[in-house]
Amino acid sequence: MTSDAQEKRVLLQGNEAIVHGAMAAGCRFFAGYPITPASEISEILSVKLPEAGGTFVQMEDEIASMGAVIGASLAGVKSMTATSGPGFSLMQENLGYACVTEVPCVIVNVMRGGPSTGLPTNPAQGDVQMARWGTHGDHPIVVLAVSSVSDSYTLTIRAFNFSEKYRVPVIILSDEVVAHTRESVILPDMDKIRIVDRVMPSVPPEWYKPYAFNNRSVPDMAPMGEGYRHHVTGLIHDEKGFPTQNPQEIEQFNIRLHDKITKGFKELLITKSFHMDDAEVFVIAYGSVARSALRAVRDAREEGIKAGLLQLVTLFPFPRKAVDTALRQCRAVVVPEMNMGQMSREVARVNQAGCRLIKHRRIDGQLITPDEIFKHLIKA
Amino acid sequence: MLEKAEIIRQEYLRHDKSFPHVWCPGCGNGIVMGALLRAIHTLQLEKDEVVLASGIGCSGRMPTYVDFNTIHTTHGRALTFATGIKLAKPELSVITVMGDGDSTAIGGNHFIHAARRNINITAIIINNSTYGMTGGQYSPTTPYGSKSTTSVYGHVEHAFSIAELAVTAGASFVGRGTVYHANQLDHLMAKAVKKRGFAVVEVISNCHVQHGRRNKLGNAVTMINDFKERAVPIQKAVKMAPEELEGKITIGVLADVEKPISSEEYRRVAKSAELKAEQIAKDKDKNGVKRYE
Repeated sequence: MTSDAQEKRVLLQGNEAIVHGAMAAGCRFFAGYPITPASEISEILSVKLPEAGGTFVQMEDEIASMGAVIGASLAGVKSMTATSGPGFSLMQENLGYACVTEVPCVIVNVMRGGPSTGLPTNPAQGDVQMARWGTHGDHPIVVLAVSSVSDSYTLTIRAFNFSEKYRVPVIILSDEVVAHTRESVILPDMDKIRIVDRVMPSVPPEWYKPYAFNNRSVPDMAPMGEGYRHHVTGLIHDEKGFPTQNPQEIEQFNIRLHDKITKGFKELLITKSFHMDDAEVFVIAYGSVARSALRAVRDAREEGIKAGLLQLVTLFPFPRKAVDTALRQCRAVVVPEMNMGQMSREVARVNQAGCRLIKHRRIDGQLITPDEIFKHLIKA
Repeated sequence: MLEKAEIIRQEYLRHDKSFPHVWCPGCGNGIVMGALLRAIHTLQLEKDEVVLASGIGCSGRMPTYVDFNTIHTTHGRALTFATGIKLAKPELSVITVMGDGDSTAIGGNHFIHAARRNINITAIIINNSTYGMTGGQYSPTTPYGSKSTTSVYGHVEHAFSIAELAVTAGASFVGRGTVYHANQLDHLMAKAVKKRGFAVVEVISNCHVQHGRRNKLGNAVTMINDFKERAVPIQKAVKMAPEELEGKITIGVLADVEKPISSEEYRRVAKSAELKAEQIAKDKDKNGVKRYE
């Protein structure tokens, strides 16, 4: 990583772009376990990390990978892992630990067909609700969905930034199509990329409270070994980090965990609008399906239909306001997904305006085509 | 001795919110914690440099009470967190404390792989033959025929020998002691913490409240005295027949070998990769080729 880095156009695969994004964001630790279709991320990082003074380790399973990622982050190094459905299932335990101990980390889930071993080489979007609710207990989490190689780069940087700023695990949902598509992307000048780092305590060690309340609801984070000795536990803890059974402290802790995310809604809730200004019918899509949707919308426009696309980049926290506004504006919404309707449930939940909801599912391991969505738009 | 105990109490225990502790009166965990603190004191390690990581269970609470960088992780996973910490910051002295179920049931895979990987981590395993915190269910080290809350008719499985398992899996140092042999524990722990490579100390401990009570093994004192009766130093044990060692506890240093440490090996190969990448960058700059990274 030298300072001469400048804007450059390159041909990359989605998984490769995630690696470039992670390196640019300052990720210097990766622990993972081989799995299709995410393995390229491990392979490329095993080359790039040591070149930049970082560390790559292949652990004995995904449980261990997630543990090592959290450990490295506690030691002060930006860390990530990458996996697919079966591995993501194993990571849920320690993912919850990262949520409750507020350890920044990024988890890439390149979605493949499920359930279980499912369809290792086919795309799917079946892990959407799992990304939100996979680990037990009420917990805050941020889930971003990438739809292109370019997205894979920029959103990985944003994922690290969010993770550091809010001390929350951030999940990047990719899928087999995005992961293995090669596209030309522009990698920006490194100097122009905004990199966010966790806030270090500014008080002397004896005053430091690792889980102190503050305006941002995000406590300052001291790495291990720098004099700020403190306790980290998955038990619900007080401001000093010690386990508590005090109902008031427990409630305050849980509220703060969610508050910190709510306070960041303005930047956390990312959506992209295409042709929405005068839209009467629209599509809500995310991931690779958003690309088919955009094509379908453009085709519908050519037929004189006032169609639009609201692409969800942030899936969770659910961008309720943007969705609600569009639902109030339009008479019908098409929600195409490569699952049984995991996101359309969220749309139905916030649909107060009586907008007609048309679900479109595809669960045969194939990408939804523009034509499938177009057919709904012309009938809507 | 008293003077030393006072120094340890003042210096290494957390005096804010973490007491009283959760352990039952007579529990061996305190003896193990004392031995570990005395070892750290003897080795004169800086408190800022020490990381103590634990899993879940009675042993899992130990980090709460001591003034280091402490982390109470998920059940069985202490070694995975420790691996991340050690790889990310090799200058830290990383110690894990685990129970028998923690390290060899739910965390068994992590345990053998940590030994195979031979990272510079110390693993203290308190083996009390049961899951004490959850109410005395059978664990991987519950003896054949024993009663537990999940084997009231007698346990039908055979126990792991944790120290021997660690030796086979490739640990650089393996010691076994009991909570009766407190002085020896101090030495074993000091050796383990000092050892470069994956070091294991298995401590045979008493859970008179769960395992002891259900198997009529008596109170804490009786159980600890029993360890004294059953202990055989390794030097003597190697000369004994397997039948003679039935029911005995082999104590001492079971393995102490020098072998490459993967965390250090990794930094070595990473350094050469870094230098190579720098050279390629220089060459490219010389040729006027702009590069991204």
